[in-house]
Amino acid sequence: MSNNPSIIKKANGAILPIGLICVLGFIWAVLVASRGVDPVIKPHAYMYIFAFALAIFALVYGVMQNKFVYNPYEYDDGVIKAGVYATIFWGIAGMTVGAIIAFELAFPKMMDAMGLSWANFGRLRPLHTSGVIFGFGGNALIATSFYTVQRTCRTRLAGGMWPWFVFWGWQLVLVIAGTGYLLGITHGQEYAEPEWYVDIWITIVWVAYLAVFMMTLVKRKEKHIYVSNWFYLSFIVTIAMLHIVNNMALPVDWLGSKSYSLAAGVQNAMTQWWYGHNAVGFFLTTGFLGMMYYFIPKRAERPVYSYRLSIVHFWTVIFIYIWAGPHHLHYTALPQWTQTLGMVFSVMLWMPSWGGMINGLMTLSGAWDKLRTDPVLRMLAVSVAFYGMATFEGPLMAVRYVNALSHYTDWTIGHVHAGALGWNGMVTFGAIYCLVPWLWKKKEMYSLRMVEWHFWLCTIGIIFYITAMWVSGIMQGLMWRAYTDLGFLEYSFIETVKAMHPYYIIRAVGGTLFLLGMFVMTWNVWKTIAGKGDAYALTDETPLARKPAVDAIPELALGE
Amino acid sequence: MSKLHNYMETRSFALMVGILLTVMVGGIVQIAPLFYIDSTIEEVEGVRPYSPLELAGQDIYIREGCYLCHSQMVRPLRDEIERYGHYSLAAESMYDRPFQWGSKRTGPDLARVGGKYTDDWHVFHMTNPRAVVPDSVMPPYGFLNDKELNVDLIGAHLAAKKAIGEPYTEEMIALAAADMRTQVDPDSDDVDAFLTRYPKAQVRNFDAKPEITEMDALIAYLQIIGTMVDFDEYEANVNDNAR
Repeated sequence: MSNNPSIIKKANGAILPIGLICVLGFIWAVLVASRGVDPVIKPHAYMYIFAFALAIFALVYGVMQNKFVYNPYEYDDGVIKAGVYATIFWGIAGMTVGAIIAFELAFPKMMDAMGLSWANFGRLRPLHTSGVIFGFGGNALIATSFYTVQRTCRTRLAGGMWPWFVFWGWQLVLVIAGTGYLLGITHGQEYAEPEWYVDIWITIVWVAYLAVFMMTLVKRKEKHIYVSNWFYLSFIVTIAMLHIVNNMALPVDWLGSKSYSLAAGVQNAMTQWWYGHNAVGFFLTTGFLGMMYYFIPKRAERPVYSYRLSIVHFWTVIFIYIWAGPHHLHYTALPQWTQTLGMVFSVMLWMPSWGGMINGLMTLSGAWDKLRTDPVLRMLAVSVAFYGMATFEGPLMAVRYVNALSHYTDWTIGHVHAGALGWNGMVTFGAIYCLVPWLWKKKEMYSLRMVEWHFWLCTIGIIFYITAMWVSGIMQGLMWRAYTDLGFLEYSFIETVKAMHPYYIIRAVGGTLFLLGMFVMTWNVWKTIAGKGDAYALTDETPLARKPAVDAIPELALGE
Repeated sequence: MSKLHNYMETRSFALMVGILLTVMVGGIVQIAPLFYIDSTIEEVEGVRPYSPLELAGQDIYIREGCYLCHSQMVRPLRDEIERYGHYSLAAESMYDRPFQWGSKRTGPDLARVGGKYTDDWHVFHMTNPRAVVPDSVMPPYGFLNDKELNVDLIGAHLAAKKAIGEPYTEEMIALAAADMRTQVDPDSDDVDAFLTRYPKAQVRNFDAKPEITEMDALIAYLQIIGTMVDFDEYEANVNDNAR
């Protein structure tokens, strides 16, 4: 059926532009390797040469062997399967680095003993943040958005080879950016650390991602665009805007690594936190809300609670979120009017954020009993609860007087991880536990008991993590401002560092428990794909595109 | 409103444009005015572009991720002013690309670290932090002592910053490599000329080694941070400065 020659199409349209991009990249990389004067960029030049040469070879080989054919009546699931593997790989990598740097802060003599410049906290920390946000989170978003947009539009992904270009291009971004931090190549703006030549590559890949997603929407066979896709689209469009504006820089040498931002000082700070806060807002919030709006209704087999609420909270979230950046710069040299705008919009953001939480949780109406029996659904529901908690804590911390205490302390780190581990981590795990049996056509995951284990490892790990950071953050903030009866500062700075020690240990243990959960999931996914345990193969041969796209989600009821 | 939403929900490009217009507003209102409202950056004497050695030091500071644990932003709060010094001005970071205000103080703020410790202290502390401060959690940076600085490339860095709009002169760019050598050689004949180009720069052999190392550059940078503005002259209460 799927190999019926009458419906097979060739994906040759995409080959030429992709090939051209790879050839241009190859030429630039060869120039850097041969002519460049900057020694630190050389390893990257060789990596680019290797990657582009491999891509060109694969393209030529594929065309000659007639490999690039597809059935337009089938969903494009290969790239999503690859995305599941990549999500797990980068999750383990990024979280392992996170656990290592947590132990480095708890036991700094580790770093003395290693004596390696690239293993110091300052170089590993961007590897951790990029690994989990852009590696784990980014791959999860690309994979689930590709899955969701096909099912809810009842059409195959647009662009033939382009989805694969997006997938492999993104892996190259991650490898180059990550190795760059270890080599000491960084732009030095948090969550935007890749240097200019990686930024350009990110832009190319991201525009291709936007084009694939948009053109899939364009050829949809449903009149209405499903709510998940609004959120995914807002994530893709806004990240493109943020990335381009925040990374405007002039390279010192077009064959070298270093560049200087066009904006300096206060303007650079505002642009950076406009970017940084909305990397959270659009990468880690609206993208993952798109995930929530597909996987929770599907798993619970209930319709989304309120269509009207989803409209209201969608437009208010994306409008208000973008204003909240200056709350990262309270009491700094940023003009006060900007700080005040940031604070006011951050507080306003609480309600639309909770609109998403309410819509997600109330989707379980009539299916609450499944929380007891289905650990996957419980994971998804608890992720939404953590989302609700973090989006309450955020506006609180954005209030100027709270921020005076919380800023620069571990409270911020705890807040971020409540969101990242609790919300982004657990909703992704839930989505993976749904996706793997669906993609590999198995009855269920290999073992739901192992999902149960994963759930509790995550939950306990997060609780260790965030409670330790609450205590250490608030304590350090209070110690910094403590005065003696005589009116002197009570503590030297190093006394406040010493007081953090037990909490750094608890945090490292909590993070490690979370990482252990990842390994449990990996094993479970492995066995599921191998078809062991409950994961016996389904023998349904109906092409996926001929099936009803969404059993559980009814037609969008307009004017409800 | 629901009609407008319904229109966009059934048209993919309308939805994309609607999203783009919605998310553009906040950035335009908050970022664009900072470039043309004069009072965003105070008018103060003394802030100048970094000397070649200081700039190389800042690049090392960024490369090693120092900004991830050290802020450079003293907030106008009583305890911070008493602990670190005068609160930071926007003007003080006008040549920082990117800005170094930071977001976390795993270690103390460094906005006023210039002149606070001796060069020797910095060398010992960065080589083995726990030998100097037993409870420190800072990574060791002894390898900076052994890495010789590439003096020849710095001119291109100054030229790039000039192209973006920093007031480096052609003379400064031409003399960049020589100025780097001068700054670690107090006996040089060029010291006076160097100091007219870069007032208040510290001219010393920071790490007491014959060659110019990355440690020299980093300490030269640390010793200039927060020292360019003379706060005895700064009038905080003048209308233009009260923002």
